Amino acid sequence: MKINCEKIAKCLLTAVAFSALLSLLLIAIFIFKEGFPFMLKVGVSDFLFSSAWNPQMGQFGIFPMIVASLYVTFGAMLIGAPLGVAGAIFMNEFLPRPAMRIIKPTIELLAGIPSVVFGFLGVMVLAPLIRNHMGGPGLSILAASVILGVMVLPTVISISTDAIGAVPHSYRDGALALGATRWQSVHMVTLKAARSGIIASIILAMGRALGETMAVIMVAGNTVKIPHAVTDPVRTLTANIALEMSNATGMAREALFATGVVLFVVIMILNAIALSVMKSRGGRR
Amino acid sequence: MRRISPKITQALAVTLLGAATLLTVIVLVFIIVFVLAKGLPGVTWEFLSSVPKDMGKAGGILPTLAGTVLLPLFAIAIALPLGVGTAVYLTEYTRETRFTRALRFGTDCLAGIPSIIFGLFGFIFFVVMLKMGWCLLSGALTLAIMVLPTIIRTSEEAIRAVPNAYREVSFSLGATRWETVLKVILPNALPGIVTGVMLGIGRSIGETAAVIFTAGSSLRMPMSVFDSVRTMSVHFYILAREGISNENAYATAAVLIITVLVVNLAAYGLMHRFIAKRSK
Repeated sequence: MKINCEKIAKCLLTAVAFSALLSLLLIAIFIFKEGFPFMLKVGVSDFLFSSAWNPQMGQFGIFPMIVASLYVTFGAMLIGAPLGVAGAIFMNEFLPRPAMRIIKPTIELLAGIPSVVFGFLGVMVLAPLIRNHMGGPGLSILAASVILGVMVLPTVISISTDAIGAVPHSYRDGALALGATRWQSVHMVTLKAARSGIIASIILAMGRALGETMAVIMVAGNTVKIPHAVTDPVRTLTANIALEMSNATGMAREALFATGVVLFVVIMILNAIALSVMKSRGGRR
Repeated sequence: MRRISPKITQALAVTLLGAATLLTVIVLVFIIVFVLAKGLPGVTWEFLSSVPKDMGKAGGILPTLAGTVLLPLFAIAIALPLGVGTAVYLTEYTRETRFTRALRFGTDCLAGIPSIIFGLFGFIFFVVMLKMGWCLLSGALTLAIMVLPTIIRTSEEAIRAVPNAYREVSFSLGATRWETVLKVILPNALPGIVTGVMLGIGRSIGETAAVIFTAGSSLRMPMSVFDSVRTMSVHFYILAREGISNENAYATAAVLIITVLVVNLAAYGLMHRFIAKRSK
């Protein structure tokens, strides 16, 4: 009976190992099945590049949402990437070990704060600040960028920290022995060696910012219009799906799945780039 | 043009980098302190133990507490065997091949998919196609897929950290591979696996987009897995977004943040003890 048990275990484990890949395929198939025929029906270029979104009137152009998602993601990176990378460098290179042991987990806890809480703080604290000092409704590209920038910090910091930590100590020691200051050794040696990991962390963070939904709905203002200033309210691709999902049927629902297709494809491309960048680093060593 | 002395750039760099790090920590502390300061006064025993009245404008959050406990619990119950099984297969039963690389790529991609896509998928697949409706089970299945990559990765790391000598001893005593997995590897990897579970629970508790479209948002107490539930995150979102009650929203947020922080702290505590024990 022993041998039987072994065989069953192996078969079961092999089957189970497919679960993640199978889920990914199921998700892709169902999102495409619901959304892609609709895109062909409306016309791919009309869907992507028309600015008229009015599901009741049969107008399905998501161009303003694409622009909004790009602006908000880009803004989030302007804030999150420099802050995150700076934090990672400082913690790895300039902070004594005991201090790092406290600060790093503290920052990782930032990742655990639910996105709705970030969104709520954006509404209660950030939006009034923007409204009073810069004009506009407050709920805006700027508010969404700041909130998302803070939300992606843990992603940037933890992956960059790992990349910087993986640089062999001999590199650093070599630079220091040649008479470089600490900072010279960091920006001439360590950062060059950890470059691909840092880039990967920023690309993954872009994916997170692009895909974030609830926080963005709360702070971005949700107006379907091509923005002209950072204080203008916008509606992102993700917000568009979540806002109209609860009462959409028929064509309108298919349009939301088509929006999901666009989001899915862009994020898969970003992930693939990040993964291959991280892998190429492993290959070179 | 004179070059700036390396000493000055060094001082400048350290100041700027330090300021950036300080800013990050201050923002984190501000978020937590702000929410707790505004919310904690509203958190009373009555708030926790009574049912909401008037769409949540008055009354407590009892049913949403039930949702917050049940949904992640069911999600983990589904994801745990799948995730640990995958990790055991990848580490103990196969070598690196094109096939395992495909599995790993799938896991990594799944980890990067935004929650709204999980919400769309869960809605069309579980709620509409399998005709399960908005219910605890639809939400749990969707969340299970979402936390699967976390559980696979942490379990794989934990299993890899079990020293090879343990396996060799077990084999030399005549144990089969499966017996070794069950009696030697899994018990030794347990703290690492539990860390993954806690991180998965933390993520499920904080999730909104994937839950609201699959588990619905009923404020009634769930009586079976086919009842709709509302988690604290969803309740908080609805209170805040529809402007029902800022006071109750803050109080709910305070409970939510404390819950997530406790779960995550437990996860990190376990992980660090695990690492410390292994590196001895």
